[in-house]
Amino acid sequence: MSGFLHFVKKETLHILRDRRTMLVVLLMPVVQILLFGFAISTEVNNINFFAVAPHRTEAVRQQIERMGANPYFTFKGYIDQSRIDEVLRSGRAAAVVVFAKDYDRLIEGVATGSLDEAAVQFVLDASNPNNAGTDLSYLQSTFYSAGSGSAAAMMPAVRVLYNPQMKSSYNFVPGIMGLIFILICAMMTSVSIVREKESGTMEVLLVSPVRPIWIISAKMIPYFLLSCMALVIILLLAHYVLGVPMSGSMAVLVGLSLLYLLLSLALGLFISTVAHTQVVAIIISGMLLMLPVIMLSGMLFPVENMPGILRLLSCIVPARWYIEAVRKLMIAGLSFPAVWQECCILFAMTVALVAVALKKFNDKLE
Amino acid sequence: MAAQNAIEIYGLTKRYGSLAAVDHITFTVGRGELFGLIGPDGAGKTTLFRLLATLLNPDEGTATVDGFDIVKQYREIRQRVGYMPGRFSLYPDLSVAENLDFFAALFGVSVKENYDLIAPIYRQIEPFRKRRAGKLSGGMKQKLALCCALIHRPSVLFLDEPTTGVDAVSRGEFWDMLFELKRKGISILVSTPYMDEACRCDRIALVNGGKVLGIDTPDGIVRRFDEPLYALSGNDMYGLLVEARRAKGVKECYPFGAVHHLVAGEDFAVGSLVDYLARQGFSDVSVCRVQAGIEDVFMKLMQHE
Repeated sequence: MSGFLHFVKKETLHILRDRRTMLVVLLMPVVQILLFGFAISTEVNNINFFAVAPHRTEAVRQQIERMGANPYFTFKGYIDQSRIDEVLRSGRAAAVVVFAKDYDRLIEGVATGSLDEAAVQFVLDASNPNNAGTDLSYLQSTFYSAGSGSAAAMMPAVRVLYNPQMKSSYNFVPGIMGLIFILICAMMTSVSIVREKESGTMEVLLVSPVRPIWIISAKMIPYFLLSCMALVIILLLAHYVLGVPMSGSMAVLVGLSLLYLLLSLALGLFISTVAHTQVVAIIISGMLLMLPVIMLSGMLFPVENMPGILRLLSCIVPARWYIEAVRKLMIAGLSFPAVWQECCILFAMTVALVAVALKKFNDKLE
Repeated sequence: MAAQNAIEIYGLTKRYGSLAAVDHITFTVGRGELFGLIGPDGAGKTTLFRLLATLLNPDEGTATVDGFDIVKQYREIRQRVGYMPGRFSLYPDLSVAENLDFFAALFGVSVKENYDLIAPIYRQIEPFRKRRAGKLSGGMKQKLALCCALIHRPSVLFLDEPTTGVDAVSRGEFWDMLFELKRKGISILVSTPYMDEACRCDRIALVNGGKVLGIDTPDGIVRRFDEPLYALSGNDMYGLLVEARRAKGVKECYPFGAVHHLVAGEDFAVGSLVDYLARQGFSDVSVCRVQAGIEDVFMKLMQHE
């Protein structure tokens, strides 16, 4: 057993001596969380808009004031009908709100139900259709929530649960977790095992009384601990910096993450039995692990929207199940009964991978 | 079972595709013997080491190391051999002491309990014990590797080209250490491409193309060369080689360091060779009788193959 600790110590030394890698591993979660949390987001903030209002009546002014008070909108001023195209083209605004000449009369009529003519027109820059769609729904909601009487009654009352502000950072945190653990556990362990093969030290290790699988396990422990540190960093940042609610069961979330770490380590071991050079190990983990995690796990693109084949393919991507379960736990605030299926799938994958990797792992050179 | 010999090999064969890297090799290494494998790159020396170190399974034949079968009892063998592969195989990012500690732990021993065995070698690198192994000179790297291979008191030591890429002084020191170890009863199988080192072995096997060409003591090997041998030198060494091969009575002529070695046939005479070469335009040729070395035997045996 003291021998085992020696191996762990040696592996830890390798990692500590390689400062750059360690820095990357520990900084990456921080940078990614902050990047996805603040810089990159699919939410639309700061929609600049102009208004066209032939008669600036009290009702028009009130409406514009209300919109200006909303943090999502910035009112840039009144313009003439003829300049709509110009401000949209120049990019000074994403939307123009055009009030009808007889706005007051029309909303009155709509309110009493005697008229159903449009009182307002939205002109949007849809060069980015996603943004335009979001802008439109925001604009509509501000108008209807402001409206009174039947106009408000006609709008369905929408309540978005779990992530009421639809913050994209909530969505990214589970995705980043799925990605980073694969990177640290699978990629780095496989590279460090293959390095021994490449440098010839594996030959010496094999010609020793210690069963190679012990040496390999010892190699994994520091990476496992490093991943645990990353997990703590991510959870803390997600909660305190991004304000992710973490309303579900913390114990289940941690347990699930540890299971996912084991699975990633098994993946790394498996890769190391296939690859003979570090470059190949990096390519395999990059192509076979990272890409599916990014593309197929539902981190960026919803699994439900994928074509049938890709959806089927996503079923064998462990990150998909992990990310799904973490979302339920972290954001929806659910507990174990809601994620037992994902847990079982991940557990089965781990067992299968460990079995295959151990079977493939050879204590000879061939 | 107390085996008489440290290593016994019978018809050992290892193929890679259609190529036999080790081709029906048979020999034995006695206890406490310093046995050398001599041969060029690609002769199959490394494959033979890997077979004996139980890293590869043979396609044919059997072998025992310290009385244990290399296939069935490979775990026992791994307990009692020290193996130093051809390329530097320590951790360059660990210090000298850390490397040694790690390999001691690998074999479940402490550096202290076996310090006496490695002391003569380790003392030379101990001043650098805090230095990273990757920053050592070639000779020191090999000394450290030898320490690491010895730390568990192996009964048999496999050294695959331990002195390749090491300067002449360090090579000499390294072989002095092997002598010391041999005196302590450790059986050593060592390979080398250097013929001068071969002379320091108890017995040597000349290997080429996966086959053993001959096994004997270094003197015995040299005595096998029973033809007169001459060293030939001049200004245009390449032209001389080509022309000397055409000359009458010359059996063979091959480059040998700074000179050419020339194997004389039956109707060979130094005078007529010099005359012949002078007629071909080589005026400053010197020819003198030399003693055959292991390399000459090697060349001769390779011709017979």
